[in-house]
Amino acid sequence: MILQALTLTLRLAITVSLILLAVGIPLAYWLAFSRKRWKFLVEAVVSLPIVLPPTVLGFYVLVAIGPLSPVGRWYQSIAGHGMAFTFSGLVVGSVLYSLPFAVQPMATSFGSVDRKLLDASALLGASRWRTFCRIVFPLGLPGVLTGLVLSFAHTLGEFGVVLMIGGNIPGATRTISILIYDQVQALDYAAANRTALLLLALCFALLSILYGLRRRASWHVWSWR
Amino acid sequence: MTSVALSAQGEQLNVHLQKCFSGERGSSFLLQVEFVAAKGFTILFGASGAGKTTLLDCIAGLQCPEQGRIAIGDAVLFDSGPLVNVPPNRRSVGYLLQSLALFPHMTVQENVQYGLAPLDQPEREYRCRAILESFGIAHLGSRRPGEISGGERQRVALARTLVTRPRVLLLDEPLTALDAVTRSQIVDDLRAWNARRGIPILYVTHQRAEVFALGDSVIVLDAGRVVARGSPHEVLHRPESETVAQLAGFENIFDCSFVAAHLEQGTMTCRVAGSVLDLEVPLSRVDTSRSLRVGIRAGDILLASLPPRGLSARNVFSGVIASLEQRDVTVVAKVNCGATFEVHLTPAARDSLQLQVGGKIWLVMKTYSCQVLQGSG
Repeated sequence: MILQALTLTLRLAITVSLILLAVGIPLAYWLAFSRKRWKFLVEAVVSLPIVLPPTVLGFYVLVAIGPLSPVGRWYQSIAGHGMAFTFSGLVVGSVLYSLPFAVQPMATSFGSVDRKLLDASALLGASRWRTFCRIVFPLGLPGVLTGLVLSFAHTLGEFGVVLMIGGNIPGATRTISILIYDQVQALDYAAANRTALLLLALCFALLSILYGLRRRASWHVWSWR
Repeated sequence: MTSVALSAQGEQLNVHLQKCFSGERGSSFLLQVEFVAAKGFTILFGASGAGKTTLLDCIAGLQCPEQGRIAIGDAVLFDSGPLVNVPPNRRSVGYLLQSLALFPHMTVQENVQYGLAPLDQPEREYRCRAILESFGIAHLGSRRPGEISGGERQRVALARTLVTRPRVLLLDEPLTALDAVTRSQIVDDLRAWNARRGIPILYVTHQRAEVFALGDSVIVLDAGRVVARGSPHEVLHRPESETVAQLAGFENIFDCSFVAAHLEQGTMTCRVAGSVLDLEVPLSRVDTSRSLRVGIRAGDILLASLPPRGLSARNVFSGVIASLEQRDVTVVAKVNCGATFEVHLTPAARDSLQLQVGGKIWLVMKTYSCQVLQGSG
């Protein structure tokens, strides 16, 4: 049971962090460099999940993917079943919930790349795309890495959103945090302890790797500053 | 991308632009300039906040002027009439930023080859090696900017800019952080390079010595406007405006009133305001009904410990030494003789005259050491 929950959780976390990598990098680039006046609105929306109770986010996602919404109907027409209480539903909810944890470190590190380097790149004939690939991305890599690991770890530990959207279906939506909740509800404290400890160790290991790598990366890049 | 290949020789840079920019203390200026830079060095000289960097940014395309036209030969880079605004990556303008902006995560070679992307690999390597060798930094190829010295970084940044064969070169105080020897070596490298390429080089500085060392011609900017232009000698030795005089190192500038002109002698007499000192100065075409100023370099004033006799110099005043201060190898004396004069002399001269604060002293100034300036008011 614990193994099933663990593989499901890892599958969810990997899927979500890969999607966030693909969505987060362009979004973070836009947030870091756009001069649009309404940028602050996008920033606020991206940061909402940090302050919002997961139940609120989960509730709206549930409504949005439910059979009464256009998105839900469209998904049902191609998938043959509703999105609520499925793995896909969990992915959607988790992507939204972890979005700030991916985007903010990426945007911060892209934005902190010295503008003079971007100017120099343009003056040497490089397009924006080339400047991004050769300058912004490599120098912002520590932030991208942070965003990736944080969104992974955050998805590992999420509870409220999963419960709202996915319910508690073994093998489909019962993640580790839900399992712990179940075990405590069933007064099986020993099992709950083992599961909780596993999650704790996993998150600790991940964050240690993250901060270890980051220290090395920043030393490597900025040794002459 | 054809920008690298397009590099004909001997095209002039035409600049005519207007732009608001914010000065050092948050004040805003209007930058309004018009000039033509032929091949060779043109020095942009001015105090910080005069708009020099803004001007270079506009030429390179990092900032956009409000009005005007910028062109290299027939190629228009910017025009506000029928709107043309070529983005910086397609202007073929080499711009060495003051901060150098070397890419910290790339080796020297990668930095230098960065602007050669449109070329194929062997050509890139060939050009990179050639320029590194000619700058004497070939041995640094595989190091990163963090692992080389300041002077070497300067050379790498210059090589990275030159290797793309720009049609115009902009240098923003590129050598200020370096010692005199390294500086003159880099300037030699640059001259040798431009002897073959023959492109206009705009060189920004606020150091007087660099103007004389480099300049074929100099443009003086003050508060966004061109206040003087010409050869360094014309502009700095015989400045006609006060801002240029201050930049050019006239330590003594006095408000004066016109007393009399001596047409047959080619001189005129001016009285220093608030004193009874009459200075004999060269006859000049300034408007004598307006306020006058006279500028005298501190190094052009002679000191005598006894009343001097039998001199050709026409301005001799007695005074009292108000202060003596040594800065580096220059002794700065302030002498009060109705007005306060700043005089520069060597420590040896101070010692042989046995100068002391409070001591009596005579100042001697040639007529031609006094430069008449048109006052601003």
